[in-house]
Amino acid sequence: MGLDKIWVFGETNGDSVATITLEMLAKARELADTVEVFMAGDGDDYAEELGDHGAQTVYATGDLNGAMQGVSVASAVAAAIAGGLDAPDAFLLGTTQDGRDVAGRLSVKLNQSVITNVVDLEVDGDTLVGLEPVFGGTTDVKTKNTSGTSGIFLVRPKSFVAEAVGGAEADVEDLDVPDLGTTGGARILNSHVEESDGPKLDEAAIVVSGGRGLGDSESYAMVDDLAKLVGGAPGASRAIVDAGWVPYSYQVGQTGKVVKPAVYIACGISGATQHLVGMKGSKTIIAINKDAEAPIFAVADLGIVGDVHKVMPKLIEALKSR
Amino acid sequence: MKVVVCVKQIPDPADPGALDPETKTLKRDSKLILDDSDAYGVEMALQLVDAAGEGEVHLVSMAPNNEVAGLRTALAMGAASATVVSDPALQGSDALATAKVLAAAIAKQEPDLVLAATESSDGYTGTVPEQIAELLGLASVTFAKSVTVESGLAKVKRQTEAGFDEVECALPALVSVTAGVVEPRYPSFKGIMAAKSKPVDELDLAGVGLDASQVGWAGAGQEIVSITAAAEREAGEVIEDEGDAHERIVAFLDDLKVL
Repeated sequence: MGLDKIWVFGETNGDSVATITLEMLAKARELADTVEVFMAGDGDDYAEELGDHGAQTVYATGDLNGAMQGVSVASAVAAAIAGGLDAPDAFLLGTTQDGRDVAGRLSVKLNQSVITNVVDLEVDGDTLVGLEPVFGGTTDVKTKNTSGTSGIFLVRPKSFVAEAVGGAEADVEDLDVPDLGTTGGARILNSHVEESDGPKLDEAAIVVSGGRGLGDSESYAMVDDLAKLVGGAPGASRAIVDAGWVPYSYQVGQTGKVVKPAVYIACGISGATQHLVGMKGSKTIIAINKDAEAPIFAVADLGIVGDVHKVMPKLIEALKSR
Repeated sequence: MKVVVCVKQIPDPADPGALDPETKTLKRDSKLILDDSDAYGVEMALQLVDAAGEGEVHLVSMAPNNEVAGLRTALAMGAASATVVSDPALQGSDALATAKVLAAAIAKQEPDLVLAATESSDGYTGTVPEQIAELLGLASVTFAKSVTVESGLAKVKRQTEAGFDEVECALPALVSVTAGVVEPRYPSFKGIMAAKSKPVDELDLAGVGLDASQVGWAGAGQEIVSITAAAEREAGEVIEDEGDAHERIVAFLDDLKVL
């Protein structure tokens, strides 16, 4: 038996719907009879793609004029429900910056806890159960919404596989943002996109990541070179992002991107829990690290105990000469 | 300018602990330390107060048994005072209940700015800052990678999936900061000594105006239904580099037919 209705938080990348939204729609279709999307921005621009992925209706706020999505969308949803709109059995939001903001605000407005870091969902009677991996993925915890009202679930990217089902264009309904009062004091003035060449980190078939074991920021060039040679994307551990060697957009891990490439090459990464969570789903893992005891070797299909400064230059030369 | 920083005291990550199968909560029997993630917020607050030329930094923490070991570290960095909220009824509190407790303790301070980490290093739900902002009726900017304050306005670079946004926010407001936003200072010996006599206000649940039905197990609205071992990835072949490990990697990639 499925649920009656699930709402999925819609996010976009320019003209298209974000992958995380499409992934959640695919799962929501399995769990509920009616799947609807709520989002900031102009719903008409995305109604066709969302419909194709099974959304029947899109509730959209229209242009926010720089207001933050979190407070705007959550306030609009709470106001709509208070105004008589039939609340869903569950809200699914992606573990993204805006997804987390909307979930936090909505949680207080509806006095409803958030079930976070979910990688799988199942129906139990008339409510939902979320599965969260903890301790670096060694333990699975299942948490059920027992509040009797709409559950709020934060879903990690790459948990489900997006799939178009050829649905008709979704109906678009207005989701009015009420006066935000003192909560509406933040404004986005400019948005900057950090472009990188080559495939996107979370879509690449091969990812080459670097960590603290590289020693200094200049050595990250080896990661870039190797990634280019194998047609992959460069990534990074949180340690070297925090240290300012590369931008946050490179980060693989609990915070940062979740990647599941065919091959993941970890260079000078010890394998902190925070990192493992973001890459353990890779099909094959190769690790190069000086410390034979590093946790990364416990998940590696091929582990090289050695100095990245010796192994990587030779590897790069060998690949160049092919 | 008064800045309140939310601080979590966690078990040492080097000794990650386990879930108690009986209570289904994190076992917290080891000594607690200041969450690394929060050192950035403390440092940011100290720098902003310095830049403003006046004001002070106050810490707010929820912890079992009036635990202050982690708070002392942040006081030693330079925070002026702290509030710790402890109550047996808080056991089992989820992120929303935690936010209610912290928000009530923060409200007493009437801050211009509230800082928090984007997420803790042990629970990492990542929802508490935004929940606190909503409970206090504050505007907020999350995932800050830089923060400055000028004439009552916070200017923030906020991480996004694609890059970053420049955001302006009128104070009072809440800002959650990412790790790496600033380089946390090490407490000096003088700071460590001074921290021992800095005021720490100890409050219980009634002290923050909440009752037991709103927090702990009673307030959760969610129930852990199972805890099981996850399917483990099998470790593969591990070899020592003797100058030819690169050849092994190339052969391995060839076998996978990805080159």
